[in-house]
Amino acid sequence: MPEHFNIIIIGAGPSGLSAAIRASEQKVSYLLLEAEAAPASTIRNYQRGKLVMSEPRGLPIRSPLPFTASLRETVLETWERTIVDFQVNVRYEAKVVSLKRGKKWLEITLADGSKLTAEHVVLAIGVQGNLRKLNIPGGDLPQIQYQLDDPQAYQNETIVVIGGGDSGVENALALTGRNQVIILNRAEDFSNCKDSNLSQLTEARKNGALDWLLETRPQSIEGNAKGEFPITVFANTPNGIERIPCHRVIARLGALPPRPVLEAFGVAFPTPDLEALPLLSSRYESNVPCLYIIGSLAGYPLIKQGINQGYEVIEYILGNPVEPADTALLREKFANFCTDRGVDDVLEKIRKSVPLLAMLNTLQLRELVLESNLLLSQPGEYIFKRNDYSTTFYFVVEGELDVLIDDDNVTDDTLKSGDFFGEMALVSGRRRPGTVRATTPCVLIETPRRVMQKLIGSVPSMRRMLNEVAIKTVVQICIGLSLSEQDLNDLADNATLKSYAAGEELFHEGDEADGLYLIQSGSVTVSRMIGGREVVLFYVAAGKYVGEMSLVSGEPRYATVRAAIATEAVLIDAGRMSDIIARNPEIRSELDARYLQHLQDQEKLQQQEASSDSSSISGNQSTPSNLISFLIQQGVGEATDVLLIDESLCVRCNHCEQACADTHGGATRLDRDAGPIFANIRVPTSCRHCEHPHCMKDCPPDAIHRAPHGEVYIDDSCIGCGNCQQNCPYDVIQMAVIQDQPERSLWQMLLGVQPKALPTIDGAKVAVKCDMCKDIKDGPVCVRACPVGAALRVNPEELLSYAGGKSAEAALLGSGEE
Amino acid sequence: MQHSNIFDYKKYRYFKWAVVVILIAFAGYLLFEPAVGHYGGSWLGYGLGTLSALMVLWMAWYGIRKRRYRSSGSTQGWLSAHIYLGTAMTVIVTLHSGFHFGINIHTLAYGLLLIVVVSGFFGNYAYMIYPRLMTENMGEDNLDGLLLRIAETDKLARQIALLMPDDINNAVARACRETYIGISLMEQLRGFRADCPSALAVQQLTVLGNNVVAEQRKLYRDLYSIMVRRESLVRRVRQDLMYRARLGFWLYFHVPFTVALLVAMLAHIVAVFLYW
Repeated sequence: MPEHFNIIIIGAGPSGLSAAIRASEQKVSYLLLEAEAAPASTIRNYQRGKLVMSEPRGLPIRSPLPFTASLRETVLETWERTIVDFQVNVRYEAKVVSLKRGKKWLEITLADGSKLTAEHVVLAIGVQGNLRKLNIPGGDLPQIQYQLDDPQAYQNETIVVIGGGDSGVENALALTGRNQVIILNRAEDFSNCKDSNLSQLTEARKNGALDWLLETRPQSIEGNAKGEFPITVFANTPNGIERIPCHRVIARLGALPPRPVLEAFGVAFPTPDLEALPLLSSRYESNVPCLYIIGSLAGYPLIKQGINQGYEVIEYILGNPVEPADTALLREKFANFCTDRGVDDVLEKIRKSVPLLAMLNTLQLRELVLESNLLLSQPGEYIFKRNDYSTTFYFVVEGELDVLIDDDNVTDDTLKSGDFFGEMALVSGRRRPGTVRATTPCVLIETPRRVMQKLIGSVPSMRRMLNEVAIKTVVQICIGLSLSEQDLNDLADNATLKSYAAGEELFHEGDEADGLYLIQSGSVTVSRMIGGREVVLFYVAAGKYVGEMSLVSGEPRYATVRAAIATEAVLIDAGRMSDIIARNPEIRSELDARYLQHLQDQEKLQQQEASSDSSSISGNQSTPSNLISFLIQQGVGEATDVLLIDESLCVRCNHCEQACADTHGGATRLDRDAGPIFANIRVPTSCRHCEHPHCMKDCPPDAIHRAPHGEVYIDDSCIGCGNCQQNCPYDVIQMAVIQDQPERSLWQMLLGVQPKALPTIDGAKVAVKCDMCKDIKDGPVCVRACPVGAALRVNPEELLSYAGGKSAEAALLGSGEE
Repeated sequence: MQHSNIFDYKKYRYFKWAVVVILIAFAGYLLFEPAVGHYGGSWLGYGLGTLSALMVLWMAWYGIRKRRYRSSGSTQGWLSAHIYLGTAMTVIVTLHSGFHFGINIHTLAYGLLLIVVVSGFFGNYAYMIYPRLMTENMGEDNLDGLLLRIAETDKLARQIALLMPDDINNAVARACRETYIGISLMEQLRGFRADCPSALAVQQLTVLGNNVVAEQRKLYRDLYSIMVRRESLVRRVRQDLMYRARLGFWLYFHVPFTVALLVAMLAHIVAVFLYW
């Protein structure tokens, strides 16, 4: 007779533990099964000292299982104590091999053959439980491990890390310095890694701290009876079998997708996609009656969500009504809006009035609303203005708004309930192309860019729809507003969105013209072969178009267009475009005018290039096109504001750095002395305020923001994790202790004496970077403190777009330079 | 794009101001001739004197202003004004004196002012020519980087030299041990050292190379090229230090004499009012 329980919970991770503790509180008969010998194996597999994040921040925890963001060790310790305190009925090393619906109950078989039955089963096994193992001869030797607990524990060893994913690379990097590390990667590169890991990896190899073998798989591992190395790995490389004697193998081969396991249990999935999530009711019940699935297995990868679901699922099973944990927060959010209804009704109303939001499931919608702002605006109120740098996205729940695209104060478009706006700034990362103003009282949902990007990534239909609208907007902005609604729709429907990596060609000089390219995000350079070398003629930023020359003239492409940074362009097919041109004389004349202007500019430029070619014996070929190429190479193409130093004026007084340090807590955010130079222009190590800031990508407390004028800055909530420092490709972020600087006396200033430094505070280091002195009246102190005018801040668009006949360098250096 | 140096700042705004100030001073000087002739005690003299005194204070304030990073506005404008109006001041002060010179505190103050202004001219000259030369010399390297590279070549050269005959080893060791860079101010200003051990070692190595046995030829060539590279690094560092020294040297006159001028000017004013 198998043991019987009311509830069996499988998996002692955060969700399972939370469920077990709630069940224990509710005094039901339950059993918690864990395949490993200790609880929370996913978190246990984190590296020692890793910070466990607690997201989403606003979400309260309702389970008795305590959890706050803290170090891995603290979290595990707290949970172990809680298990003891609640006398949780847990069975370790109990791996479930089968689960099926019996006549009366769910029947479970464990790996040791014992059988269990339960009225309800909660599956909370996560997605990391099934680690892939090394299935080769010798794969079970004791020197082979599948996790790295404490990298500091290994000294002077030769360690082979198998696996080129993030976890393998992170382990390998943590071991460098004290050990000899070799990574075996079966792929031909590390393209699956995060950028920050990739760059650290490349750096480490350059310094000789580690080495890797690509397209290499381990074939077998043998124990050595004697000698320095206890084992030898035989690796199958493209050049044959290689013997690698070593002390230890760390295999990070990823986890097996949980889908086959679930399917074996009879759980159904909506699509054949291996990554798809199981079909669940709103009470987490799967198609197998009384089988509940929670946590990351159900598609909620965050610890807090799992903990709350563990609590909720027990309440659901016991038939107690619970409202989801975020309901109170939502109620607060809706305090000024529809107060007469319940939260669910309001959400339903939002879902009904905004079709785009109807694509989300209830939990996604709740999350979106929680992370967003509910805006109630009055008629005449501006939501944002043209050329603002804000990046939030808006849904119109109620009311009407005007869109003003150009300066003429004439309404170009209206938005009403169900529409959304702000998609251009979302995709391009540039300034707002238009102004939006409320005409009636409005209810808007203002969603942060980060949240929208997450949704776009996970909801394909939403991505499709946003793309369609973004294409339409880009057509409208680039080609003008004179198009009829019908033409516009026709163009947008037949346009295709294309993405290009940095350096990739959109089209090549001499190609047949295939259409007009509207740059949606990123930027491109236009170049021609002149005198046997490629000369950059123009720089074109998002919101403009390229490829109109051939459309007007009907000749092959006159220049090569290349993406300066990762770029997305909307391609409008040549035939359709000619058709539009034929019917719209206004567009025709605009294109013609641009064509003639281009011809003129090009002629001038070509002559300059030619004359500088003949006089280039002097060495430094500082033609404008060379300067553009140089600046693009330095990443200026993705900058919005960049600091340059004119080395021919700079007297090396360092007032720029001192002024920066003095006004920013003692740490200068620019390094005048470091950075490449071209034609006396230095690009010092200092933030460029990128269009799509790399530093923002992975900030756990979400402390990096973009101010309305484009400044990318870090606020006080920085926890000093250093992710941004690693993600910045330009090395402009540093970790420093912020402390107020003493004011100098008049004599100290007159004679340039340094004041006595304050004793350094033992404060926590935080990430610091240029904030363009956004809080200081009069603007950047580095520029204002420069006595000779060598430091200048420029907007690359003005710098790079070639202004009729005036060379970029001349424009940069000013006309006074002889 | 607006970008200008200290001379053409805002289309020569302060040059124009300086010209206007000089013209007004001259006009006053020519139009109002006191009965006893021009001197500092006439009302025109007092007027020009007061103006000069205020300008001197304002010029000196620039030294403070450029380090007051928390103040508003741009330092570049201040420097441009400092240069042009400071130059104009020589004319105004001369007119103030009515060309009466002697051996007294008044003329001392005048002389100090001229020294300050003239040292400022040297500063302008230095600021015009050295930045470009410095960039040409250093390229994208910086001083610390070069010093580090010299230290690295030192280490490498010493290691290789240990395997070579004694005379070569001695030459290399001496170069590494005795090369000093920019100890004294004079040496910094001069920018080279005639008996530089590094240069000497390269010369010696050139000669000693003939004695190296065949199996050490390759090692010798490596060592030789390291020492040549090392010498050029040393030369570039010296050159950089020279430019730095020359770029800042004039300030050793400009600033102390400004302080002296302030004292002398105070004495001059007190004296004038005491003997009134």
